[in-house]
Amino acid sequence: MEFEERTRGTASVLAPRGKLNLVTAPAVKAKIDELVASGSPRIVVDLSEVTFMDSSGLGALIGSLKSARQAGGDMRIAAAGEQVRAVLKLTNLDRILAPHDTVEDASRGW
Amino acid sequence: MESRGSEAARQMSAGRLMVIRIVAALSLAAGTAYLVWRWGWSLNPEYLWIAVPLVVAETYALIDGFLFAITIWRMKVRGPAPAPPEGATVDVFITTYNEPVDLVARTAQAAKAIDWSHKTWILDDGARPEVEALARELEVGYITRSAAWQGKSRHAKAGNLNNALFQTDGEFLLILDADQIPEPEILRRMLGWFDDPEVALVQSPQWFSNVEESDPLGSQAPLFYGPVQQGKDGWNAAFFCGSNAVLRREALMQLGIIGYVRETERTVRNALKVSQQLLAKTEKSLARSGEHTVKRAVGRLRRAAAKSLARIDAGEPVQLVSWDFQRVVDDTSRDLVASDLAAIQADLIALSELRGGEQVAEAIDEEAVRELAQLEWSPLAAVERVSTLVRAVDVDRSSEALPVMPVSSLSVTEDMETCMLLHSHGWKSVYHHEILAKGLAPEDLGTMLKQRLRWAQGTMQVLLTRNPLTLKGLQIGQRLSYFATMWSYLTGFAAIIFLAAPILYLTTGVMPVLAWGTTFLSFFIPYFLLNQLLFALVGYGVKTWRGQQYTLALFPVWIKALVTAANNVWFGRPLDFAVTEKRRGTGSSRFPFQLIWPQLAFMAALALATVTGLSLLFIPGAADNTLGEPLTPLGVGVNTAWVIYDLIVLSVIVRAALYRVPEVEPITGTEEKEH
Repeated sequence: MEFEERTRGTASVLAPRGKLNLVTAPAVKAKIDELVASGSPRIVVDLSEVTFMDSSGLGALIGSLKSARQAGGDMRIAAAGEQVRAVLKLTNLDRILAPHDTVEDASRGW
Repeated sequence: MESRGSEAARQMSAGRLMVIRIVAALSLAAGTAYLVWRWGWSLNPEYLWIAVPLVVAETYALIDGFLFAITIWRMKVRGPAPAPPEGATVDVFITTYNEPVDLVARTAQAAKAIDWSHKTWILDDGARPEVEALARELEVGYITRSAAWQGKSRHAKAGNLNNALFQTDGEFLLILDADQIPEPEILRRMLGWFDDPEVALVQSPQWFSNVEESDPLGSQAPLFYGPVQQGKDGWNAAFFCGSNAVLRREALMQLGIIGYVRETERTVRNALKVSQQLLAKTEKSLARSGEHTVKRAVGRLRRAAAKSLARIDAGEPVQLVSWDFQRVVDDTSRDLVASDLAAIQADLIALSELRGGEQVAEAIDEEAVRELAQLEWSPLAAVERVSTLVRAVDVDRSSEALPVMPVSSLSVTEDMETCMLLHSHGWKSVYHHEILAKGLAPEDLGTMLKQRLRWAQGTMQVLLTRNPLTLKGLQIGQRLSYFATMWSYLTGFAAIIFLAAPILYLTTGVMPVLAWGTTFLSFFIPYFLLNQLLFALVGYGVKTWRGQQYTLALFPVWIKALVTAANNVWFGRPLDFAVTEKRRGTGSSRFPFQLIWPQLAFMAALALATVTGLSLLFIPGAADNTLGEPLTPLGVGVNTAWVIYDLIVLSVIVRAALYRVPEVEPITGTEEKEH
């Protein structure tokens, strides 16, 4: 899986590209864990380039949220496309995870 | 076994199904007529204390009959599966805890030899170096619990599977118990059903290779892995039975996500509620004190908790709300530390040690709310309490090793529970009627009884925690399919009455019915015969008698299961409370009286009662002092027949107790215990 990585203020922004599914989910989770471990637990996952997400992808996001929170930070998602918003809704995950419209919105307050 | 269902076989089964339906309808009609007569015209008003229990037990049995008829009404006899989805990726999971290494080795070898592209994994919950070495030697994957599980609840087999799910990536998962040796074609035969994107589960039968023809321990379940599963399949309710099944990862994961959302919201909401009540109480008690810093802090926290709760109720994502709440808590504790509170800190440490630290955060529920609100807390202790609660106001599900747990673990039968939840979210399941893996059944009475007890306990836990009649999302046929299985486990109470009633009559003349006359026989006999005929038709070609015997003969197990499960669900008592220990090895030459004394006692009483009854009938004047009515020849006849039936049924347990496997070495391991 390809990632684009940049920093924005105190936050790291990670933009995976393509499908976030059972095949790529472990890589995304590993990448975020790595960022958290390297001392930047404030992460925005920019989903604008993610074309498809399945429940394993969502599982990776939740796992990442857990690592980030336990390191005193947070993992926020931004710019989710239609399909991603649909799965968030289907699983009710939007009750927990706030889908921010833009990366700017997501990193507000940091 | 009619596995490769040709067109001819299906045609025949359509005809057979029609006959079964007709006999089922007739049997239920006869049963209903009998019960209407029993309730309306037959109860003996002199002995209602036995008349009513008996008629209730008979009503229970009739309802069981209705549920059975509903189950088989739409029996689905499937043929072979369509072609497997091309390129489907599969992980084969072999779950083990303490089974012998050579047993695991055999299964792993067979799994590796499955002729569809897959990865094989040994999920070793025992974390044994020799199993790890075996995996390396066979070049299969080896998974043990990750570091995240340390100090956390392990959730037995469900935990083992969930742990592995997050370390693998196949689209489908074949689950095998350590003793279930798969055939090479298992995946090719089963995967095709996933053609339908809504299918989450395909279950194949469990069949045991170490069971002799007469099956003294009733290990094979040909009625269940046959007509019953096919019947449930007809209602899209085929059960997941823990092994020899293929699951769709996406379906499980989705279930896990939904569960995570539900649990997180519940935990956070409850933690906030407890905090709020606790803080409000503290604020009140602080009203007249001079501790301004503390007073301010408590007030601020209480308002933050109230506001957070309101935001969640208004639909704001928990992530945002918990983040903001944690910031307020952080700021507040900074303020507290800033003001010189060294002495107070010391108090706090002493207090938290005294009260057992973090226990509160783990048990946040309605009860905890009440309990906490009732206690008299000092203001400082309250602040300390809240700061432990704050940890629960988070989205990381910190009390669990994994935030997302796809395989459910509220009960000890994670398979049934997970399956029911899958169905409730609209997924489909398939029963594939072809033996594709062969396992090992328990080989002694003690182990068998323990296994049955745990199945029954798990089923009752599921019934009591997630009632299928009310669980949201299930269709009516699915509700009845799950309920039928649960209902059948209540049979223990009915059995006691069926065993006691003839004893009472034959020894004391106490009659639950007004007369054991021709009216009784003309209502009862058609019902009884039609019922037996139905069983014979449904179980045509398979041996159902063993199963029927054990249904009655294991009555102490069913009763114990219900009592322990109710104690567990309602009072939090562990399930293992007073569970019989496994006896194999030490007492294998002795007759296991302690395991089956209730059955033996009833058998002795039944035999003695018959002798007594006949004596009372034939010795002139002997019946003068009986409690009830004088015995009649017809009454004694009916009850003696009843006794003989009971004795034949119960005799299976004696046979099982006498049964010895030729070899000494135990093959099957005990399952992992938790609760």
